[in-house]
Amino acid sequence: MTNHYIDMRNSDCILIMGSNAAEHHPMAFKWMLKAKERGATLIHVDPRYTRTSARCDFHVPLRSGTDIAFLGGMINYILQNNLYFKEYVLNYTNASFIIGKDYTFNNGLFSGYDAAKRKYDKATWVLEKDEKGVSKRDMTLSNPRCVFQMMKKHYSRYTLDKVSAITGVSKENLLKVYKAYSATTGPHKAGTEAYALGWTHHSVGSQNIRTMSIIQLLLGNMGIAGGGINAMRGEPNVQGSTDQAILYGNLPGYLKMPSASADTLEHYLKKYTPESKDPQSANYYQNYPKFFVSYLMSLFDNKATKENNFGYDWMPKMDDGKHYSTMHMFDAMYAGKVKGYFCVGADTAVSTPNSNKVRKAMQNLDWLVGENIFNNETYEFWRGPGVDPKKIKTECFLLPAAATMEKEGSQSNSGRMIQWKYKAAEAPGDGLPVGEIEIKIMAAVKKLYQKEGGPNAAAITSLYWDYLDGKGHFDALKVSKRLNGVFLKDTVIEDKAKKTTTLYKKGQCVPGFGNLKDDGSTASGNWVHSGSFLADGTNLMARRGKDDPTGLGIYPNWAFVWPMNRRVMYNRASCDINGKPYNPKRAILEWKGDKWVGDVPDGPWPPMADKEKGKLPFIMKTDGIASLFGPGMVDGPFPEHYEPLEGPLAKNPMSGQLINPAIEIFKSDMDKVARASEKFPYVCTTYSCTEHWCTGALTRWQAWLLEAMPAAYMEIGEPLAKEKGIKNGERIKVSSVRGSTTCVAMVTKRFKPFTIEGKTVHQVGMPFNYGWLFPKDTKDDSTNMLTPTVGDANTFCPEYKAFMVNVEKA
Amino acid sequence: MQITRRGFLTLSGAVGGGIALSSLGLNLKPTQAYAEELDKMGRMKVAKQSTTICAYCSCGCGLVCSVDKATGKIFNIEGDADHPINEGSLCAKGAGFFDLTEANKHRLTKVLYRAPYATEWEEKDWDFAISRIARLIKKTRDKDFITKNAKGELVNRCESIGHYGSSNVDNEECWLMVAKSRALGMVYIDHQARV
Repeated sequence: MTNHYIDMRNSDCILIMGSNAAEHHPMAFKWMLKAKERGATLIHVDPRYTRTSARCDFHVPLRSGTDIAFLGGMINYILQNNLYFKEYVLNYTNASFIIGKDYTFNNGLFSGYDAAKRKYDKATWVLEKDEKGVSKRDMTLSNPRCVFQMMKKHYSRYTLDKVSAITGVSKENLLKVYKAYSATTGPHKAGTEAYALGWTHHSVGSQNIRTMSIIQLLLGNMGIAGGGINAMRGEPNVQGSTDQAILYGNLPGYLKMPSASADTLEHYLKKYTPESKDPQSANYYQNYPKFFVSYLMSLFDNKATKENNFGYDWMPKMDDGKHYSTMHMFDAMYAGKVKGYFCVGADTAVSTPNSNKVRKAMQNLDWLVGENIFNNETYEFWRGPGVDPKKIKTECFLLPAAATMEKEGSQSNSGRMIQWKYKAAEAPGDGLPVGEIEIKIMAAVKKLYQKEGGPNAAAITSLYWDYLDGKGHFDALKVSKRLNGVFLKDTVIEDKAKKTTTLYKKGQCVPGFGNLKDDGSTASGNWVHSGSFLADGTNLMARRGKDDPTGLGIYPNWAFVWPMNRRVMYNRASCDINGKPYNPKRAILEWKGDKWVGDVPDGPWPPMADKEKGKLPFIMKTDGIASLFGPGMVDGPFPEHYEPLEGPLAKNPMSGQLINPAIEIFKSDMDKVARASEKFPYVCTTYSCTEHWCTGALTRWQAWLLEAMPAAYMEIGEPLAKEKGIKNGERIKVSSVRGSTTCVAMVTKRFKPFTIEGKTVHQVGMPFNYGWLFPKDTKDDSTNMLTPTVGDANTFCPEYKAFMVNVEKA
Repeated sequence: MQITRRGFLTLSGAVGGGIALSSLGLNLKPTQAYAEELDKMGRMKVAKQSTTICAYCSCGCGLVCSVDKATGKIFNIEGDADHPINEGSLCAKGAGFFDLTEANKHRLTKVLYRAPYATEWEEKDWDFAISRIARLIKKTRDKDFITKNAKGELVNRCESIGHYGSSNVDNEECWLMVAKSRALGMVYIDHQARV
């Protein structure tokens, strides 16, 4: 989230699209309703009418997988009607930049496409620079090759007629949303967007979010109270687990995982440390080497030296251009290449798309280690439906873990708020915190390598691994301070502004990431956590202060928010170029003579009108401004509508490219696709319910919750149910080209058929909270027996939200 | 702990219901429940209380756990009224948080091991599991370790071990798992952020 949950109350218009907040984030929805009480408009755009729709001002149904078409139409509406916030767009976005002359877009393809590799060469997706190396700008926005004009041209194709035909939304409904939301343009209004898995679970997921980001920038809604673009994330510490980078392509704090071509530390740092020639750009990532070297120091401590490149050579390197995501891992496991598997706090046999393939893949494992508080379908794969355990070679361990209130540690919510938790009781039986299990396993591995050696053994034997307390148990504070960062030698820091010098002793916490060094004198496991401890060891994540100086609900002394306790990201953009708040009634920040007052600003520098010392507001961007033209994406600098991998149409009404040209196609014999097929004619989507969580691997074991939501079901609109002769409560079989499952039919008014390109298209939906293991008498299995192995081109987040099925009586 | 207005309404509702039903010669359970609630209120006054954060979605709602000092067991979990995000409220899952404690008979309490081709789990101790897992890691890693790739570049990686999870463990635990995995040379590392 750029903002935070409580901030929803500050908004004038909330577009809930890709989320069912009332049912899945009830406490977040409470703050949206507070905005409504103040007079804000709440809009729900979703294929299905839900409890969220019921409490919004209006609900607009759209066909799953057509969000970019819908939002592209909104961009067109804003530009055609001159509704954009001109001052903001000119100063804080790259609207005025000039796109390189070789960039083209034709019939759904951007320049540089390699059809054989399904990849773009992005060499032409560039912005022109002047002789000093600073981006050229046309502040009149009239140059036909400026970003603004090129964007206008791109989205002029998204007419009401076209968008309506693709999305199934009536033109009246489109206009209703476009008008209500674009009314948040200008200095005095704030509009926000709340999305969740409904936007990420698509082969165009990242671009769904980018399309909305473009809208937010055009309307001046980024960086302001009541604005931003806000992911309602679905797991308790998914922000934190992302920050710690349990991700193939990253290291903690969004540092890049090295690839083979970055063969030396020097080459690696050169590749990832951006340079800007613009004196007004803070280009904060110029500090990248400090964050990265401090991370290596956190791993290898006194074994890392300048001479051995701080241990860089020991680190694994990915092959350039190769990906190692969940779907890639199971694809490799299916091919027999992955032989050992750790599955911690997860149920991948239920949660991963094309579960049949996943379960088959697991049969190739030599060993499996599970760590969890309850059993689940993954750990029991060797005796799952249709599996003979006597034929399964896998050696399996299921290790009992402590539940969250049985251990101390920190957890980060979607608003980047890191909160400290305390241990209330011991875990039952032999249960241990996952942290302790992991420490003990690795300590045993280290011993083996110290004794026996092995390939690249130094990476293991040099690993700093002192995280147990005096009694031999997991010490969360020790790890947490390591994340924050510590001085590895006595260090004197001079603050020129305050005219002070301070001595920090070896072992003391660094006060913030501004103090990290690239010379090996600091260790920080995750630079974005820096500042969560004071130098004297005070834990700011444990704070419970309730003062609210801005009156906007940012509670600066409650816990700690990264970065550096900033509650609203890009907050300098809430002010004009002189640092005066655009909306004084909702001032999150203000430049008062010589300093910023309010939220923690994005850097201490004066506002950009100060040509000497002032800085542009988007400090993490190399150019200092936000990108309407976004060459960072792998599938195009402007979001474009493509159909889902599996959809009802044989042709994309927008272009000659039916599906996202940059998605990877998995090719195993179990990866089948049935597009525009008579056998599988219904669009299916998946979701959760209030009483269950994710695969249900925690909640199905809880009697109260299971009683409330006992079994898998499919919601079917009345016209389709009538057509198929299916009655409410009857058992049905749902199948895709990949697999099938059974469930109960819930015949409902909540799904209505769509008219797509003049034809009736039915949509159905299923919760993904069920599996075969429990409740004991269940006959049903995971919804993911149906879903395809395909992911977003940028993130490889699977397309759980749009695929094709058939439905019949069981 | 003081009885809150909401708590009072719940209790008075329970007692009212109990009297009405028992006077008709019907179910006495509500009265018993009321007695248990009263007992719980008494226990909470002398309980050790500590805060935690919800384990489901990412709102970050606060909860308060009450622990019996004599037994060391949690006997009540409820919303943290001082927490600025949830202000004491919880959704259905958060309100049922107590069912995650050891009171839930489905909780895993033993190290379980399933030998190759076996049809059942067997109970083992930690020493067995830790030393056997460490040995399996080393065996798999050393056999398949890739020092240089097809282009001859130094890659120092192990592609034959995968790791998944988790976004429902703490930051410190996540960080340790990544440090461990990368030191082993693993590249197939992923979790629920991509789900």
